[in-house]
Amino acid sequence: MNWTSPRFYVPALFLLALGLLPVYAMVASQPFYVTLFSRIMIFALAALGLNFILGYAGLVSFGHALYLGVGAYAVGILSFHGVGNGWLQLLAALVVGGLLALLIGAVVLRTSGMTFIMITLAFAQMGYFLVVSLKAYGGDDGLSIEQRSAFGLFDLNNHTVLYYAILFCLVAALWLFSRMVESRFGMVLRGVKSNERRMLALGFPTFRYKLVGYVVSAQVCVVAGFLLANLTKFASPSYMVWQVSGDLIVMAVLGGMGTLFGPVVGAVIFLMVEEVLSSVKPGWFPQIEEVLNRHWLALMGIFVIAIVLGFRKGIYGYVVEKSSKEAKA
Amino acid sequence: MSALLSIEKLVKRFGGLTATDHVDFSVAAGEVHAIIGPNGAGKTTLISQLAGELHPDEGRIQFDGRDISRASVPERSLLGLGRSYQISQIFRDFSALQNVMLAVQAHAGHSFSFFRPAAREAALVGPAEAALKQVGLGQRMHVPAAAMAHGEHRQLELAMTLATGPKLLLLDEPMAGMSQAESEEMVQLLKNLKGKYGMILVEHDMDAVFALADRVSVLVYGRVVATGTPDEIRNNQDVKDAYLGDQQEAI
Amino acid sequence: MPIELLFVQLLNGLQYGVLLFLLAAGLTLVFGIMNFVNLAHGSLYMMGAYFAAWAYNNPIFGIQSSFILAAIVGVLGSMVLGVLIERLVLFSLYDRDHLDQVLATFGLILVFNEVARFIWGPSSYYMEVPEQLSGTIKLFGIDYPSYRFMIIAVGLLVALGTYLLIQKTRIGMLIRAGASNATMVGALGINIKLLNTLLFGLGAGLAGVAGLMAGPILSVQPGMGEPILIVTLVVIVTGGIGSIRGAFFAALIVGVIDTIGRVFLPLLLANLVEKSLAQAAGPAIASMLIYLLMAGVLAFKPQGLFPVKHG
Repeated sequence: MNWTSPRFYVPALFLLALGLLPVYAMVASQPFYVTLFSRIMIFALAALGLNFILGYAGLVSFGHALYLGVGAYAVGILSFHGVGNGWLQLLAALVVGGLLALLIGAVVLRTSGMTFIMITLAFAQMGYFLVVSLKAYGGDDGLSIEQRSAFGLFDLNNHTVLYYAILFCLVAALWLFSRMVESRFGMVLRGVKSNERRMLALGFPTFRYKLVGYVVSAQVCVVAGFLLANLTKFASPSYMVWQVSGDLIVMAVLGGMGTLFGPVVGAVIFLMVEEVLSSVKPGWFPQIEEVLNRHWLALMGIFVIAIVLGFRKGIYGYVVEKSSKEAKA
Repeated sequence: MSALLSIEKLVKRFGGLTATDHVDFSVAAGEVHAIIGPNGAGKTTLISQLAGELHPDEGRIQFDGRDISRASVPERSLLGLGRSYQISQIFRDFSALQNVMLAVQAHAGHSFSFFRPAAREAALVGPAEAALKQVGLGQRMHVPAAAMAHGEHRQLELAMTLATGPKLLLLDEPMAGMSQAESEEMVQLLKNLKGKYGMILVEHDMDAVFALADRVSVLVYGRVVATGTPDEIRNNQDVKDAYLGDQQEAI
Repeated sequence: MPIELLFVQLLNGLQYGVLLFLLAAGLTLVFGIMNFVNLAHGSLYMMGAYFAAWAYNNPIFGIQSSFILAAIVGVLGSMVLGVLIERLVLFSLYDRDHLDQVLATFGLILVFNEVARFIWGPSSYYMEVPEQLSGTIKLFGIDYPSYRFMIIAVGLLVALGTYLLIQKTRIGMLIRAGASNATMVGALGINIKLLNTLLFGLGAGLAGVAGLMAGPILSVQPGMGEPILIVTLVVIVTGGIGSIRGAFFAALIVGVIDTIGRVFLPLLLANLVEKSLAQAAGPAIASMLIYLLMAGVLAFKPQGLFPVKHG
């Protein structure tokens, strides 16, 4: 482990900063920051999950927001029926999420390229309409959650405790993925991305590995959705719309799909840009301000196009590549 | 002696074109059987059907006593059929060693291991290093494949195929794009492998074919027009007219 | 089950199906030839609807509430817009991988939706059904809204026209050849880029037709393009990428199954299971039908119902 390489110190600094944020928020009397960064970390977790198959296996899933919904509604529906135990809710979320990912994965992974992208989008949309049609659970309006998941050992109703629980999940996921990408399994996925035809010719039955990878990546999004429902105390079909799936892809690419930590950087930047654009009040031109605040999505759109045309390796990816070039020189 | 691989009446059509026209063919264990023929004769199509990437319309393929006509590409590799490609199919993002380690890994049990770093598994590293040394890339193990020269890609291509421990090698123009010197080295390498593996060698390089082959089959418009020892083929008038004649003009 | 209801819903399904076909035709051909899916196709549909509605509601050269004028503005507007975005943004993406194409068109969708929201506001922009078509016509003794019947008629005419274009003209032959092997067509000296721009314009025009006709019966609002775009993706995947015939049949099947499913499945379920369960499960399953259909087709024919054979 090269301690001076950005591969180490950038993630380390980020995580350290995230770890100290609640302290800063308390000192600066801005409790809002804890909520903001809780949300950012949740999406960082989801983007990390997506990137396991996007960046490492080359599978462009445009439907991962579906699994955010599964996690969120597991909390919502069980809470609605009086089951407030966090362990049970999490178990339910993972079981449903796992089965769904297995079923959907078995269908979508038989296709490739643009068709794969299109049908992952279609299945996520199916999930969205399914949830909207469940009037008993709020339908289009979503479902309010009275109490955050009860875990016994710690109380998620405390914003700071929830924050650290989310941070813990993020760090755990990072650690897990760092092991997995170098394992036999990870090498298979990476080989599939690099040259699937050769992987088959070498003797790898690639389908089963892609399927397992897909399920793992989906489950990480399920956990993210679980945490999101706890943060907002709300489960909504809006967590599952195609734009969210697209946002996750943008976060992964923006940060750097080819790296482990990239999606975290991407999520932070994406959501902070979103935050700034939608609420900036520099005070000079009130009319432009208003337009900006209401139509910031257009700027996001241009931002996304610019990334595609310009910043393909992602911001963190670029940093890492530059440093490894310098190391060789 | 029963053949290691035998093809019976293989047919493959693409619309109106018959790319493989009732081909009968066999290779014994340890035999080098070369396939030659003019461009467009259907050599790569034949190899693809043997490897499982294309499915024949008619006919049977038997390998090591089993009918593999319906077997998938990975299944055939696991049964002992190793293929190398005319255009190197390597993993450009990985080092040479990682490339070959993947090949070893494919035949070293399942890959549902999630925590142990593959790079530290002696069972993967050992055979991979050996294969690389065997093809002459012993000093280039940690070089990223993308940074290697074309000739080294061909060597790496072969190393990967060898590392899967095959019984039969399907070599599609292993010397494609190589310089004279590189080709001679490759021929020497293949000579060292003779006898240990059955080989189907598709090649344009006649020196290589005559140096290595035990038998030669000539493919023209999807049909085998002649099969025999290299000398028999060299002296076969039909073959000369159809194919070698053009080659001699080229020389 | 009342026969009249079934008949009306069948026609509604047909009407939805031809709208889907209009969208699917352009999308599948561009994908078939350039291996590129323009997700912003839904935006062209939306802009067609907005342009038409705007032309209908506002006097242009003194003419107002003219459906013909609205149609011209809507279709031409989307064609011009389509060609513009193809030449300015999309052409640079043809050689890129699918991820880049998806992201860039995603960005375009965001921009278009905000532009629409900026110009016309976030709520529905109303376009009334033109007076001449606001009545009903009698089909087999049953009353059916004239406007919806017009959509079916126009849609089928366009389908016929597209079929004739693709199957019977030289341009059509080039398009079919391109869908089968674009590189070869290019190597034969045909200007593939021009062919594709034309195709794109045609597809955009078809999307505009769909948008203009859908305007009065669906709501014209920002973001209206994406839900129908996703169903269109289901159609072209089910029908077979690059195949007009596939798009046609899949569009009609999807349109009919979705419409009939939504109306009859809850009724059917109510006969089989207890009422409250039927009331919950009925709409839920109905909403999933077309996706389950797609999954079912892919399970047996991974290339779709009428796959294009690639040379």
